[in-house]
Amino acid sequence: MPQGLLGIEHLSREEIQPILDRSCDFQFRGDSSFRKLDLLRGKMVVNLFFEASTRTRTSFEIAARRLGADAVSITAQASSVSKGESLVDTLNTLAAMHPDAIVMRHAASGAPHFLQRHLETPIINAGDGTHEHPTQALLDARTILDRGKALEHLRVAIIGDIAHSRVARSNVYLLSRYGAEIVLCGPASLLPRELARIAPGVILTTSMDEAIRDADVIMMLRVQLERQHEAAFPANEYFQFYGLRLEHLRLAKPDVIVMHPGPINRGREISSEVADSQRSVILNQVENGIAVRMAVLERVLMGGSNHAGVAK
Amino acid sequence: MTLLIKSGRVIDPASGQDGIADVWIEDGVIRGVGANLAAVGAEVFDASGLIVTPGFIDMHVHLREPGFEHAETIETGSRAAAAGGFTSICPMPNTAPINDNATVTSYIAEKARRHAVVNVFPIGAITKGSKGEELAEIGSMKDAGAVAISDDGRPVMNARVMRRAMEFARSFGIPVIDHCEDLHLSAGGDMHEGLESVRLGLRGIPGCSEDVMVARDILLAEVTGARYHVAHISSSHAVDMVAFAKSRGLAVTAEATPHHLALADGDMRPYDSNYKMKPPLRSAGDVCAVVEGVVRGAIDAIATDHAPHPGSEKMQEFEQCPFGIIGLETALGVALERLVHSGKIGLPRLVELFTTGPSRILGLDRGTLAVGAPADVTIFSADRAWTYDVNKSCSKSRNSPYDGYAFRGGPVATIVAGEIVWRA
Repeated sequence: MPQGLLGIEHLSREEIQPILDRSCDFQFRGDSSFRKLDLLRGKMVVNLFFEASTRTRTSFEIAARRLGADAVSITAQASSVSKGESLVDTLNTLAAMHPDAIVMRHAASGAPHFLQRHLETPIINAGDGTHEHPTQALLDARTILDRGKALEHLRVAIIGDIAHSRVARSNVYLLSRYGAEIVLCGPASLLPRELARIAPGVILTTSMDEAIRDADVIMMLRVQLERQHEAAFPANEYFQFYGLRLEHLRLAKPDVIVMHPGPINRGREISSEVADSQRSVILNQVENGIAVRMAVLERVLMGGSNHAGVAK
Repeated sequence: MTLLIKSGRVIDPASGQDGIADVWIEDGVIRGVGANLAAVGAEVFDASGLIVTPGFIDMHVHLREPGFEHAETIETGSRAAAAGGFTSICPMPNTAPINDNATVTSYIAEKARRHAVVNVFPIGAITKGSKGEELAEIGSMKDAGAVAISDDGRPVMNARVMRRAMEFARSFGIPVIDHCEDLHLSAGGDMHEGLESVRLGLRGIPGCSEDVMVARDILLAEVTGARYHVAHISSSHAVDMVAFAKSRGLAVTAEATPHHLALADGDMRPYDSNYKMKPPLRSAGDVCAVVEGVVRGAIDAIATDHAPHPGSEKMQEFEQCPFGIIGLETALGVALERLVHSGKIGLPRLVELFTTGPSRILGLDRGTLAVGAPADVTIFSADRAWTYDVNKSCSKSRNSPYDGYAFRGGPVATIVAGEIVWRA
């Protein structure tokens, strides 16, 4: 794995698996053995969020602190960005303060990749535009594994605004590495045909029923009207054709799980009945977010995770 | 002032000459081309092992003056042109103010006369302010020195306005050059729409945004009888349509940039704005089609679309960066590699693309070594190894994807009106 974590696309299975394995050590066990660690004591992590995000930022903050690192969060509104300072200048300023890692969320695809070329501090991508959201894919994989499902030979339906989804891209790359079958589903205007060639194992369909049939996992995406520059689909028809309802689940495998990166829009892409059903693992995803981000921070800051016996 | 260029391989597509010869220049004009010429008191340039051709013409550059002198000036742009082997350049009208009237045209011509080291033939706007609504003062711009009209970068979306522009331009005998882009189809796009844009999460500029405009314009060219020229052609369908128009006998021509002949979307360094331009780097299939368009004759000229932007504008998020790259100094090196060294075309055809091609499109008295013609001469090597260092560029800007690139063959000396204005 490169020094930071910019995306899943260029990671091999051998680089992904240790993070998934290690994150188990950081999962909440509901007993007193779960405590604050000091693996990253003396390290400083700067969370730099150029785009609003409560859950991802909080998750990274908690992850850093549980590992004993100092975490500082900066949001775009509070930084110099609003004063017209360029992205490079902002980052140079931060780098001069010598953080050990920068966790970065930005509305522009590739912003962390661009910056990493100009900065020695490792950058962890916490979501860049419509490109990648690597820790989301890792926590999703962890959540699937926790349900006793192996990633190999899974059939995963990802449904919604695929074109504008960084969650979809990162998940496609990760699941494809493990040989899963990935069915991408949405209205054609949100489902570019080129996606079929983005990674092995990807199938496209505009039919919700076809996508869900025999699925082991259903991932619903948030409908992000703010990312659409025009009406690619009539908003009031969306739920009727691409919203997940209880009746859909009958088409899937009996033990299907329903995932969502959150925050959910009840009644827009997912019905309340499904979101609150036994099949939903949405809150498990949130919980795993912390464990996976701990494993990522440890790997980036310590250059590896195989410290035998630590935190076990 | 007398200059004798000795023993070079003289390639003059205008006369069909190709062989070792001397070129005798006196008082800014060509006095003779032949074997073993002698001229008393002449400065001698030993061109043995080199190619000697009419001065190269770049019919598509952005000199940024007036208005954006922090990016380029007529002087610095002309020096970059000379360093690329160009003796004539045609600046597009998207300056501030826009070159949409004779006053601005005259200003550019006068500035060029004083400060430029190469010939500058301005291109005027099609519409006032390049807003696509009301026709610019085309006749008076022509009288002030404009050689063509174009709303480059801000294409005329209204087909009726374009039709009138073509009719009006025909009255003055100048071509209409279109930057073919349907702005509705391309809106918000940052790179070619395809697998790469989907992979990188960047918004796409579809090939069809170019194609529909080329199709529209060719139909209008037929209706109006205008001379119509496609700027920086980049898609395979557009190349086919230009070939079709030519087969119907229409006065339709096209230019290709070196980068569209050489680079596909998959060659981009991800999120590096030195690969961001309009039209965008298209698919590998489109690149092949543009090269084949040159081979088959659908494409008449190579033009750089030299588009300087200062570093501060290019050091941003990819989607925030302006479109365009500089290209004057690397054009010949790229063209040699992609077209000649690859065996696609011979040197005479390459020279045509830089000389008679653009000269005929624009109706210039350039691009020839005929006796009495202005002594604009380009001397280049077809195989000398050199490496491009963008930090040594004569341009004010540094936005090139070719920094550090090792070329085989490039300019050696540039002669404008009998004066050596640049040598390697």
